[in-house]
Amino acid sequence: MIVFEKPKSLTDAELHYCPGCTHGIIHRLVAEAIDSLGIEGNTIGVAPVGCAVMAYNYFACDMVEAAHGRAPAMATGIKRSLPDRIVFTYQGDGDLASIGMAETVHAATRNENITVIFVNNAIYGMTGGQMAPTSLPGQVTQTSPYGRDVLTAGYPVKVAELLSSLDGPEFIARVAVNNVKNVKNAKKVIEKAFRNQIDGKGFSLVEVISACPTNWGMTPQKALDWIDEKMIPYYPLGVYKDKSASAGAGSARPQNGQEVQP
Amino acid sequence: MAKVLMKGNEAIAEAAIRAGCRHYFGYPITPQTELAAYMAKRMPKIGGVFLQAESEIAAINMVYGVAATGRRVMTSSSSPGVSLKQEGISYIAGSDLPALIVNVQRGGPGLGGIQPSQSDYFQATKGGGHGDYHLIVVAPSSVQEMADLTALAFDLSDKYRVPSMLLADGTIGQMMEPVELPEPEAPEFTEKPWAVTGTRLQRPHHIVNSLYLVPEELEKKNFERFETYRQIEQAEVRYEAFRMEDAEYCVVAFGIAARVAKNAIAAARKEGIKVGLIRPITLWPFPKKALAEAAAHCKAFLSVELSMGQMIEDVKLSIDCRRPVSLCNRAGGMIPSPDEVLDSIRSLSRRDKPCLSADGQGPSLQQTGGAAQ
Ligand SMILES: Cc1ncc(C[n+]2csc(CCOP(=O)(O)OP(=O)(O)O)c2C)c(N)n1
Ligand code: SF4
Repeated sequence: MIVFEKPKSLTDAELHYCPGCTHGIIHRLVAEAIDSLGIEGNTIGVAPVGCAVMAYNYFACDMVEAAHGRAPAMATGIKRSLPDRIVFTYQGDGDLASIGMAETVHAATRNENITVIFVNNAIYGMTGGQMAPTSLPGQVTQTSPYGRDVLTAGYPVKVAELLSSLDGPEFIARVAVNNVKNVKNAKKVIEKAFRNQIDGKGFSLVEVISACPTNWGMTPQKALDWIDEKMIPYYPLGVYKDKSASAGAGSARPQNGQEVQP
Repeated sequence: MAKVLMKGNEAIAEAAIRAGCRHYFGYPITPQTELAAYMAKRMPKIGGVFLQAESEIAAINMVYGVAATGRRVMTSSSSPGVSLKQEGISYIAGSDLPALIVNVQRGGPGLGGIQPSQSDYFQATKGGGHGDYHLIVVAPSSVQEMADLTALAFDLSDKYRVPSMLLADGTIGQMMEPVELPEPEAPEFTEKPWAVTGTRLQRPHHIVNSLYLVPEELEKKNFERFETYRQIEQAEVRYEAFRMEDAEYCVVAFGIAARVAKNAIAAARKEGIKVGLIRPITLWPFPKKALAEAAAHCKAFLSVELSMGQMIEDVKLSIDCRRPVSLCNRAGGMIPSPDEVLDSIRSLSRRDKPCLSADGQGPSLQQTGGAAQ
């Protein structure tokens, strides 16, 4: 009996992520969702500029590589050209919440029928650990060496909360992948975000709290703990918007810490 | 087909639709608004997509997305907006995708003005964004050509997998003239075996990408792309030669400037000055050979431009500075009058001012040597 195998919609290419990086887990969850929905041959993915830039080598479906932050615009073009294909973006926090914020907000408000996987690791990983729009107050990074000072650098952007204030998007949720329970829940939520697209429901974004042990300067274990201690209190997990479920009530209150029932 | 009276900007839009384009993305800016408005009206009626993007940056990246799926797609803007598109254009060029970008130019730099200009010549013909690349650049000089060159730009872009730019100006964009439109083409035409359309589990995945981290691979890509550019330079140069048979002086002008120049040339001919016009229709590839041949029998050149003098550099390069080249220009949204151009032609025929080389020793006018290559 096979108890563990590689999802079919991942290629055999070896991932380049650092030890303890949770990008790999998130790739796997996305691939499992694609497999279980049977949509690999019908899916087109959009890779970001960030540590996941080479996601185009890892997902076995057709892939494109967007400019930094522009993945939602590129995905919009693809989806408008091929409305019956499944289109997803995979983006980091610098990509999605800083340089690409306009593209993110407008794809959401148009309720563009795409799926967005948003990896929030509170840092710019690829460029070596600069402050991200999601870096926590006081967080030490290469470009906030004395800790993020909210007086000069402003506050972190809470993407799930921000987007759920819009009337447009169908589904906004935040999950984490730092322990088995959270991973299992994330799997369900990511699958729901894809199923929504198949059902024609519209813009579905899953914010995934992710670890960057390399640039956080922590061991992989410490990084997973730091997510529980620091990240999740600031970025509560839960479903922030589920238009179909609440039939337009649009509650922006997270079901804090609860498992999501997709 | 009967002629219809249309604005230049609308002629582009209708010609694009007839060329099978069903995807348009743009952001409002003067003086190209009629184009977007036309698309907004027509696209929903013919099963096409019109989308007003949140910015020119988003618009060009939507274009990038559609282009990756292998369908005809376009965006239009004017100078400040086209500056914003440059990153996306560079990605499209770096991913070898076809697409059409329309620039109905206005005066700059900065916010500039909203009157017609040709001051984005450098940006359009030398690359514009980062990296080594070219666009195929066509420059209409009438409403008819707005339509004809739109179709040509799509065809060439598909043929070579090189994005193309239609470089117009506010005058031709706004001007109304009778135009004969081509018969509509079906939206689906050439096979795009490289497109991302879903693998259907029938083939290995396609990747549309401009990232090559191994320098040897990136260099190879650049070499290959420049081989394509060489083929384009050999096969796709287009220009109009007007009264050049016996010309002793050669005016070079494109777009609206060429129309003014033609009036001035007619007047100069009446005064007995043997002057002709070479009007580049493709700005890239530039009609270098035609100019070099003209240098064999022309004593001097005059570049007429709605800029501080940009194309003049290509004129000089095309003739290896073997003849003096002067500039007749207006900028900032001003257009030279036929009289101003006529004056410049007159002084061309009086003055023997050499085009100075670096050592100050320009070639003399007496050197009417053999044809340049
Ligand atoms: C226009 C542009 N600006 C800057 C960069 C450099 N750059 C590459 S990745 C990156 C940040 C990526 O951070 P994030 O989106 O948080 O993803 P992560 O690497 O953390 O997964 C930046 C700024 C770029 N490639 N393009
Ligand atoms: S730098 Fe951080 S985000 Fe990037 S691969 Fe390494 S651990 Fe992961």
